[in-house]
Amino acid sequence: MPVQEGIYGLLAEFNTPEELVVAAKAAHDSGWRRLDCYTPYCLEEAAEAIGFHRNFVPLVCLVGGLMGLTAMFLMETWVAVFAYPLNVAGRPLFSWPAFVVPAYEWTILWAGLSAGFGMLALCGLPSLYHPLFNAPNFRDGATTDKFFLCLEASDPKFSILESRAFLENFQPTSVVEVEY
Amino acid sequence: MATIPESPVNDPMLDPITGENLVIAPGHTFKSVTEEVSRIVLTGHTPLGWYFGFALAGSIVIMLLTAISWLFLKGVGIWGLDIPVAWGFAIINFVWWIGIGHAGTLISAFLLLFKQQWRNSINRFAEAMTIFAVICAALFPLIHVGRPWLGYWLIPYPSTMNVWPNFRSPLLWDVFAVSTYGIISVVFWYIGMVPDMGTMRDRCKSKVGQYFYGLLSVGWRGSVRHWMRYESACLLLAGLATPLVLSVHSVISFDFAVAILPGWHTAIFPPYFVAGAIYSGFAMVITLAVPIRKWYHLEDLITLRHLDNMGKVMLATGLIIAYGYAMDVFMAWFSASRFEFFMIWNRMFGPIGWAYWVLITCNIVLPQLLWLRKFRTNPTLLFLISLVINTGMWFERFVIIVVSLTRDYLPSSWGTYKATRWDYMTLGGTLGLFTALFFLFVRFLPMIPMSELRVLLPQSKIRRKAEPLEAGD
Repeated sequence: MPVQEGIYGLLAEFNTPEELVVAAKAAHDSGWRRLDCYTPYCLEEAAEAIGFHRNFVPLVCLVGGLMGLTAMFLMETWVAVFAYPLNVAGRPLFSWPAFVVPAYEWTILWAGLSAGFGMLALCGLPSLYHPLFNAPNFRDGATTDKFFLCLEASDPKFSILESRAFLENFQPTSVVEVEY
Repeated sequence: MATIPESPVNDPMLDPITGENLVIAPGHTFKSVTEEVSRIVLTGHTPLGWYFGFALAGSIVIMLLTAISWLFLKGVGIWGLDIPVAWGFAIINFVWWIGIGHAGTLISAFLLLFKQQWRNSINRFAEAMTIFAVICAALFPLIHVGRPWLGYWLIPYPSTMNVWPNFRSPLLWDVFAVSTYGIISVVFWYIGMVPDMGTMRDRCKSKVGQYFYGLLSVGWRGSVRHWMRYESACLLLAGLATPLVLSVHSVISFDFAVAILPGWHTAIFPPYFVAGAIYSGFAMVITLAVPIRKWYHLEDLITLRHLDNMGKVMLATGLIIAYGYAMDVFMAWFSASRFEFFMIWNRMFGPIGWAYWVLITCNIVLPQLLWLRKFRTNPTLLFLISLVINTGMWFERFVIIVVSLTRDYLPSSWGTYKATRWDYMTLGGTLGLFTALFFLFVRFLPMIPMSELRVLLPQSKIRRKAEPLEAGD
């Protein structure tokens, strides 16, 4: 776990996605693992560069959907067959084709809720505070038009002077220390 | 498709290669698109026209509240409902509104799956339109049940009465279809808005605004790991919303198709209802997009390309509808059923036959003008056609519901239908509610997804050879 005081990391700012990807790739190749890129839109190349290839949102979504399906179908069966058997024109109590529609809707409902909120949970959101918001230039750019690479202090390779020198190689607009 | 003009000379809005209108005006940067969208919300100065429009829509909402209050005091008898027409305006309006909502989901989900990037600039407000239309739609069944304070009986829950809903009834399927649709639309809309909320939080100058957008942004900071999960979630939601939208209107059509009434009992209803929903929904998107792009000067972001494409979708779905109408008539003859045949005759030449010809004119005849490129790329003409289609689609539901009910198998039980002023006030009132919600939306939330606009810019793509190109700033 990262320490809660001192420096969170070094934040380099770039003007173009190309520069960011080059720097991120170089950092990942030279052994950095605790690093992250911050971009104003989804930049898949940056995720590839830092070795983030797969995520678990689809799995969460699948599990949620199957749970919704099972829950609804079982409830319908229980209600129609055991809890409140209702003879509608002599049709069988377990009239499963009719149960498909609500079960289908609930599959989608729970899969969708799991995908949406599961995504937020996997990202560790909501987290209204984050040390990066302390960086003077972060909020100006990260959600508008700048591209950031952050090397985090929790990485064993981290050293303020060397890491800064490493980042300076890629001619960023600025490199700032981010404090907790 | 339309012929491509050979020489689109010097028009910056035309693609030099294809001659198509561009999806986004040239010369924009990440910053300029962000500013173009966020300035509408972050300005401290609310335009006078906004106050005027909101006040007008708000007063119509008061009319709606009056109509509903009177309804709760007196009961559904204040409407024109009677036997045999026990489903009147309320169900027409319900089907009409929910159909309008479908285009929003189609734009945000279906076109995302097909990687139609032109939808990026219109998906947010199309999705908002969906949510507001679902709100208007959901109102009707609730006030139509007669005793709305018992509306929760629709939901299966362990009650002391030991009574459970009947899961074999399409009316109960409706409860699950529409509630799922409403919830998933809100989730999709909100999740899609989270990165933009981060942008708003960072660009907002006022303290209240920073708290408001800060909370809504749930601390979004644009980490690429988050972006990748976010993209997965959006694609999954799109993949889920697409079959959902098809199922919702299919389930609604089962409300009719499962009954044995001539004019309702047909197998073509599900696809034909879905196509009609998309048709009217695209018309409503145009009804909203044309004034918005004009008032907020968004011609750079909602270009003629968008209008052109939406016109084409309307043309295509309109032809599916035309096929549906033709099949109705054909099956009436082919079924060799006197009752089916009489139903069509009554629809065309009966006492309310004029409504059928209104719908044919509005839904089939006039929209054929969309074959002409001129009509698809002229905002005013397209706006007028969209109003015509919305009217036509309302009449379609009127014809299906009311005209079929007035004359069923037994001449002794025939009747007629006349809407009362309360019917009209409720219909008009929901239009006001929809408009008022939309006014709030354009004032307080970014109506165009900024993060998705950035992807449309050429500088967002990674160039292999690191050619110099001015990005941002």
